[in-house]
Amino acid sequence: LLLLLLLKSNISSVVVSARTYADFTPQATFDIKKCDLHKLEEGPPLQAVLSREEGLQYYRTMQTMRRMELKADQLYKQKIIRGFCHLYDGQEACAVGIEAGINLSDHLITAYRAHGYTLTRGGTVREIMAELTGRRGGIAKGKGGSMHMYTKHFYGGNGIVGAQVPLGAGVALACKYLGKNELCVCLYGDGAANQGQIFETYNMASLWKLPCIFICENNKYGMGTSVERAAASTDYYKRGDFIPGLRVDGMDVLCVREATKLAAEHCRSGKGPILMELQTYRYHGHSMSDPGVSYRTRDEIQEVRSKSDPISMLKDRMLSNNMASVEELKEIDVEVRKEIEDAAQFATTDPEPPLDDLCNHIFYNDPPMEVRGTNPWTKLKSVS
Amino acid sequence: MASLRCFLRSGKNAVSAGLRREFHRTPPAAVQVTVRDALNQAMDEELERDERVFLLGEEVAQYDGAYKISRGLWKKYGDKRIIDTPITEMGFAGIAVGAAMAGLRPICEFMTFNFSMQAIDQVINSAAKTYYMSAGLQPIPIVFRGPNGASAGVAAQHSQCFAAWYSHCPGLKVVSPWSAEDSKGLLKSAIRDDNPVVFLENELMYGVPFEMSEEAQSKDFIIPIGKAKLERQGNHVTLVSHSRMVSLCLDAAAVLAKEGIECEVINMRTIRPLDAEAIETSIMKTNHLITVEGGWPQFGVGAEILARIMEGPAFNYLDAPAVRVTGVDIPMPYAKILEDNSIPQIKDIIFSVKKTLNV
Repeated sequence: LLLLLLLKSNISSVVVSARTYADFTPQATFDIKKCDLHKLEEGPPLQAVLSREEGLQYYRTMQTMRRMELKADQLYKQKIIRGFCHLYDGQEACAVGIEAGINLSDHLITAYRAHGYTLTRGGTVREIMAELTGRRGGIAKGKGGSMHMYTKHFYGGNGIVGAQVPLGAGVALACKYLGKNELCVCLYGDGAANQGQIFETYNMASLWKLPCIFICENNKYGMGTSVERAAASTDYYKRGDFIPGLRVDGMDVLCVREATKLAAEHCRSGKGPILMELQTYRYHGHSMSDPGVSYRTRDEIQEVRSKSDPISMLKDRMLSNNMASVEELKEIDVEVRKEIEDAAQFATTDPEPPLDDLCNHIFYNDPPMEVRGTNPWTKLKSVS
Repeated sequence: MASLRCFLRSGKNAVSAGLRREFHRTPPAAVQVTVRDALNQAMDEELERDERVFLLGEEVAQYDGAYKISRGLWKKYGDKRIIDTPITEMGFAGIAVGAAMAGLRPICEFMTFNFSMQAIDQVINSAAKTYYMSAGLQPIPIVFRGPNGASAGVAAQHSQCFAAWYSHCPGLKVVSPWSAEDSKGLLKSAIRDDNPVVFLENELMYGVPFEMSEEAQSKDFIIPIGKAKLERQGNHVTLVSHSRMVSLCLDAAAVLAKEGIECEVINMRTIRPLDAEAIETSIMKTNHLITVEGGWPQFGVGAEILARIMEGPAFNYLDAPAVRVTGVDIPMPYAKILEDNSIPQIKDIIFSVKKTLNV
């Protein structure tokens, strides 16, 4: 009878939760890779404790992120998403691990590969996808697109490589100024790591002891240029020079989480900024217009997928420690798929923004004003 | 409004600014205040009024400001509110914008706007466009201020006028004060404005004293952004100008008045949004327009004004083509005789008026 019940997926969740306390390991300890350190006495612990709830939550979020990005790939190829679309699949452990190490009341800013962070920072799949398809239900009402999504304490989505780093330090300055014990996580890629303004930012963040966690997501390629061809030093965690740094396995969500916790503690104790390099990988090319195989081999991509996939790693850990069942995880997959399908449905059927909205949101808290149209006789209206 | 006396840097006799529209009775307790002190007062008052306001830039704190505009502020408010930065414009402008995103109200000083080019991406792409890109989720209440345009003997890399460049971009407000009253009222407005404001000062005006009415001395005195001011009434020709060139227009008007030519002088105060209505109203009376600016002619402030007049109701009131008086279309030279001949002089304005009026 129990088997029959299990086969009916809509009842299995009830059955599974009835099994929870009796059959699953509530938490387990996992060995995680040692981090290379720069000007740091102690790194994160070599073991991480994962509870069943946490594991299921990380799994669900990473799977949602993965499916969302793959759906975006589909929609782009159908020309329903246009322009720039930089996908995050492969790097899920970074976004999820970082969020697990900070609070929602902390702040975060990243570059253009931002869909994953929009999700972890409180955006819904629905509003993210509708933004990609440029509809009025999008998180930025269709006016921003892939690279310009915002939520509370999440400052985008930034299109200009490197510009987000001084911005992040500015947010950290505000955190310190306002004295609320919050910090700012400020992300950039291996390509951006050579930008001058980042070094300007390291200097000021360090001088003024800003509570800023600089994170370099090193996915080995800045667009089509491998790190060896772009950087005289690929030890990105050392590039902060006077800023302590650590190099982290970015494919392991637990490793990222523990490192982030250490970094957050460092910042909150008033010691100033810290730098983390997350070694990670993107399965897609730089953007949807890059097939991603002209500068790297399919074998390389396949190897990472089979040996280091962040979702598989978590799944294996949980299953081999009896922290979840195969069915349970499959059920999460089904739920995630449904969520993505619903979101995609919304994103493709929601109407585009009304033309009345064209000139709105130029200024905040200003009376309505007139905006010149394409010719002198066309006067358009703009409200705040 | 009280009559203004404007003293030229060379110390020539005071020139009366002529008739004023009588909105208020002339108050008795006016004082002489330099543009520098007016700016200082504005920042002091706004720092006191709102804890979220802070100033950052090179030499603004312990040095009292490269041009002494922030004199005394660091002593009064300390390290937290008045921040000396290293010489890294792109970095600190970005930091200022980020602070604005997270709830503070920064005043970001560029030692001159020439150096803002290093940071212009942060001003345009991070500050100006963000409120629009986020569909209203993320406002940026920031002021970028500093001296703009030609100084004296500082040569090509330190003399460019950026009014046209910044005014080109939607999402920014661009303000260019002339007098002490302008400077104080407009800077206070800019700081209170919830949007990015580019505040273009002028180094040669910093030391110039103006009479400041009692009303203007109040801590709540603000001048709305986006409204021009009629500095001198006249019937024959409209001179539209901003910043230091307003002084030259008034001087030229005084000379022309002796010959019976009455110029109407409009002080733009704000470049973006442009108060086209004030200019149109004036043209409908005088039938002649000349714009006067220190910047280069191509795609400049004057070019925009002329285009708008062409496209608007005032065109039919023009009795002669509207023209521009501008800086010469060259990088600024160093030698005094060359520099003097690179920017509009009073005689150039007088010449242009007479040509336009065909006298």
